Amino acid sequence: MTSRPAPWLSRLYLAAVAGLALTGMAQMPIFKRYYIADIPGLGWLADYYLTNKLHYGLAALLLAVLGYALARWLKDWRRRWRLTALGRARVLLLAGLAVSGGLRVLKNRPDWSFDPLTVLLVDWIHLGLAALLGLAALAAVLARCSAFVRPRD
Amino acid sequence: MPLTTNTTLSRRGFLRALGLGGLTALAPAAAQARPKGSEAELATLLDLSKCVGCGACVAACREGNAPKFPEPVKPFPTMVPARSKPEDWSDKREVDDRLTPYNWLFIQSAEVEWKGEKVTVHIPRRCLHCVNPPCANLCPWGAAGKQENGIVRINDQVCLGGAKCRDVCPWHIPQRQTGVGLYLKLLPRFGGNGVMYKCDRCFDLVARGQEPRCVTACPFGVQSIGPRPEMLERARALARDTGGFLYGAEENGGTNTFYVSPVPFDLLDAALDKGPGRPHLASVADSMADETNLAWATLLAPVAGLAAGTLGLIARGGKEDGHDK
Repeated sequence: MTSRPAPWLSRLYLAAVAGLALTGMAQMPIFKRYYIADIPGLGWLADYYLTNKLHYGLAALLLAVLGYALARWLKDWRRRWRLTALGRARVLLLAGLAVSGGLRVLKNRPDWSFDPLTVLLVDWIHLGLAALLGLAALAAVLARCSAFVRPRD
Repeated sequence: MPLTTNTTLSRRGFLRALGLGGLTALAPAAAQARPKGSEAELATLLDLSKCVGCGACVAACREGNAPKFPEPVKPFPTMVPARSKPEDWSDKREVDDRLTPYNWLFIQSAEVEWKGEKVTVHIPRRCLHCVNPPCANLCPWGAAGKQENGIVRINDQVCLGGAKCRDVCPWHIPQRQTGVGLYLKLLPRFGGNGVMYKCDRCFDLVARGQEPRCVTACPFGVQSIGPRPEMLERARALARDTGGFLYGAEENGGTNTFYVSPVPFDLLDAALDKGPGRPHLASVADSMADETNLAWATLLAPVAGLAAGTLGLIARGGKEDGHDK
């Protein structure tokens, strides 16, 4: 038995989250300022519209992964696996990111609008949750328990 | 809750607001949502055939909005890395032939030949207050927002001056002043560079039921303001009746500023003196069109994932469920 219920899903999750972190940071005007976009091949990081679209695409991938994991968890995985403490924390952070990101997606549509204070708070919450997820992931790696789950005894 | 220029964001206020934000995240999104471009949004109509370029609107804007103008702290923080340059207009406040942090409206003039005659057209230029504004949508810090009445505003208490709004605006309207704003209290040398400024359509007057200063100051009645659907109908009728041309109705997916000109806008655009602070008049595709389409992907993706997991569509033999072969 491996340490994860579906290693391929973990790899997809990691790819999506790493891409989201990169394209999410690219929404801030830092890659050009700090010469990172000057590195050959990384000029696209300074293109706000391109990185925003990539962020959407990667968010769709992550949401599909989360949807699949949720279905499998409810269907069978929960009988053989249990969430670790850091796993639970990251699940909550991911849920918050999905909700706040979803609100941002709605806000960007022409048929939805939110008042400026709501927009401000949703943006800050999304940014804050992303930072916390990064810290939780770092803590999990340092504690050598990066898997969200462990086998039930 | 309207944002006001004179409101400071205290720590207590921030925490209280954050609590509200948490509730917002929990509440159904529709509870605070409303459609963009609705009747609640105000739009302006500018009949360019009436504008003589007298500058009364510019003077009224500068005078009335002066209390909102930045008073930067000098010397400016030394930026790291040096690539980030300060943008300082505080010693050039008199400049009124382009957009600056101290000049939110200016008159652009174009001399063109049309139907065998030389025609000079004067165009009051400022933020068009897009229906789906990329500046507000893409600000990573939530400093720009769109009010229910269609006014797109930058919150000068929150803005860090990264100038992304200027980069993503199809007309590059917002202008930066260094040495002012929240960034001075965070990491002034390493992040942010001031505050972005642009037309706020005299939100304070509009909130009291009055008209923006540029509208009331015009001696020739160039501008009028009213509910978007009504103003759009009037703009189209004016263009139809006078054989004129319309700009702003479709640009960037639609704006809340409609210019009607006796001369085609591509001719005006070709004749304009364009550059930083001097926007173009070219046609503009919807900047957010791709995001609008991609929104469906983010909506459908979790459903697809749930369905695949429920139906066991992506099982991978012995590797699935933690079992090695």
